[in-house]
Amino acid sequence: MAKKFTKVAYTNLDDFVYGSCPNPVTTKSGMVIGGGVVYPEINFTLPGMDINDVTMPKAATIYSNIIEGVLKRAAELYAPGVLIEFETLPDFTEHPKYGIEVNRILLNGMKEASEKYGLKTAIRTTPNDLREFSRPPIMRSGKYWETMLELYEQCAKDGSDFFSIESTGGKEIHDSALVKADIRLAIFALGILGCNDMEFLWKHLVDLSNANSCFAAGDSSCGFANTAMVLAEKGFIPHVFAAVIRVTAVPRALVAFEQGAVGPSKDCAYEGPYLKAITGSPISMEGKTAACAHLSPVGNIAAAVADTWSNESVQQVKLLSEMAPIVSMEQLIYDCRLMNAATVNGQQLMFRDLLVRSDSALDVQAYVLRPDVVMRISTELVKTQDNFLRTKLAAQLTVAELKKAIIEGKVKSDKRDMKWLDKMEKAIETIPDDPQEFYNEMKSVLDMDKFIPSEYGI
Amino acid sequence: MATLKDVSQCVLDGDLDEIKVLVQALIDDGTDPIAIINDGLIAGMNIVAPLFKSGEMFVPEVMESADTMNEGMKLVKPLITDEDIPSKGKIIIGTVNGDLHDIGKNLLVMMMESRGYTVIDLGVDVKEEAFSAAVKEHQPNIVGMSSLLTTTMMKIESTIKQLVADGVRNQVKIIIGGAPVTQEFADDIGADGYSDDASTAVELCDLMMSEQNSPEELSA
Repeated sequence: MAKKFTKVAYTNLDDFVYGSCPNPVTTKSGMVIGGGVVYPEINFTLPGMDINDVTMPKAATIYSNIIEGVLKRAAELYAPGVLIEFETLPDFTEHPKYGIEVNRILLNGMKEASEKYGLKTAIRTTPNDLREFSRPPIMRSGKYWETMLELYEQCAKDGSDFFSIESTGGKEIHDSALVKADIRLAIFALGILGCNDMEFLWKHLVDLSNANSCFAAGDSSCGFANTAMVLAEKGFIPHVFAAVIRVTAVPRALVAFEQGAVGPSKDCAYEGPYLKAITGSPISMEGKTAACAHLSPVGNIAAAVADTWSNESVQQVKLLSEMAPIVSMEQLIYDCRLMNAATVNGQQLMFRDLLVRSDSALDVQAYVLRPDVVMRISTELVKTQDNFLRTKLAAQLTVAELKKAIIEGKVKSDKRDMKWLDKMEKAIETIPDDPQEFYNEMKSVLDMDKFIPSEYGI
Repeated sequence: MATLKDVSQCVLDGDLDEIKVLVQALIDDGTDPIAIINDGLIAGMNIVAPLFKSGEMFVPEVMESADTMNEGMKLVKPLITDEDIPSKGKIIIGTVNGDLHDIGKNLLVMMMESRGYTVIDLGVDVKEEAFSAAVKEHQPNIVGMSSLLTTTMMKIESTIKQLVADGVRNQVKIIIGGAPVTQEFADDIGADGYSDDASTAVELCDLMMSEQNSPEELSA
């Protein structure tokens, strides 16, 4: 039975802060995520190399060196705990034996760090969503579905704390929506295809995690809203379109929590503040310290209500000081120290607002992450329980919020922004409230070679 | 009376309905179809390209212009033979083996087509052998490969090795791109060029084609 979120988790905006939330999660090592302290979340990847039976021993050695190095530095800097994310490379999910081997190496490194330094750690295992390797994607069966579940199950049995994924249901249609800046197509991809797939996928992941003493943590709209953010950064699409997509992706990500996910949501899910506002669960976020992986206009504000603070990903390459993952570890720890010191000093709210103020007026994508904006939109979103209507409403509310902010001079805007917001507003108004009616309307513009409706239950 | 300049402006404006009216009017007036293509439709896209590069146009607007150009081409194409359709060159494009990322690749396809190139899009997760087979079949001037992952970028190198092994490497110029790819990597693996976005990739191809068509190159 899916959970329903009919009201936001906060009654006072001042309680909506980093490091704590109404429903914290305790890891196997005793880290309480969302219990008052912001923890660093470190992620890393291999340098450029092939993955196969011949190179796997080398890959294993690299992962072993990384985990040893980052946890040693974390102990030296007195980190209160570290969340490690093992976001697999596609080969690790396609061949679960590779992914399982690396996950075990990381678990072993965590165990050694606990024994050696008394360091608390936890691990989030994030397989790839390879279902789109079949074109059109096969979402509910087949080799890629099976290998993904096999990897999840064994990693959970071996001791992983959390499951996450950057799922891709609907991405095959959403990609076109992004490059065309077509909000109707985006709402179809996110609100119908994406939400339907999330229901199917997360029911399975929650069942698997419950059966194996692991937490279902949450998904990310990385392939949707982060792709929009990157395209906007390159000047390919309007920033206002990317900002609207960010919030339009919220109902899709929320489905994981309706199915039983408990957080912390995935680091690259910048829609996390909305998830925290609605579910009261902890969230992971990334910003300025993830510039090693990608640029963003939300470097500080992303931390405003974060419960773990991540670097997204970094390659194992040598920098002047140390290997890059160790550098990331140090940066994350110092970021977290500052936030946690502000909390201890009774200045948490002031610090949150500084993080917000430093970014929110400079880019519309930052503006939509303002805690007051998040709370205002979230309060409206929980009034409907239909995922499609919620997605349409998210787009509508964000367009209205941004128009008002631009008119009032609260956020910097491009001279073309208002034209695009008007265009989106008109397009959203034409979307009927009945999803079947909308699907029928969209058939004439959908590339039916790109997706299989039955794979989405339609 | 419609003019070729009106057609160019219509492409720039991305007006899908008006272009049909304008192109049909020019055809009815007896305007040379090749002139409609070169001096009207492609001329319009030639205005679009620098506007996109300077940040004055977004990709969706460029796509509308490209769609408008194609709508006009539909009316002109039946009037000429395939050989008469001007092409700046032929390029094969694909995302390499094991990689599914294709937004950047698709943008490049769209921009190359709208700049007058003949593009053969091999799609995503393209095996080394498939690139090689496509070179043999289509005899392109340029092969473009894209990768977004640190592991799949190595497939660019293995694809080049495949082209060498099959004896077709020297028939083509190779350009590469994608988040983890750099000029240094391109140099290391023997690619001919690197670009960090679709817009500069088109310029790189223009440069390669002009070198290929230069008297010195032709006599070589």
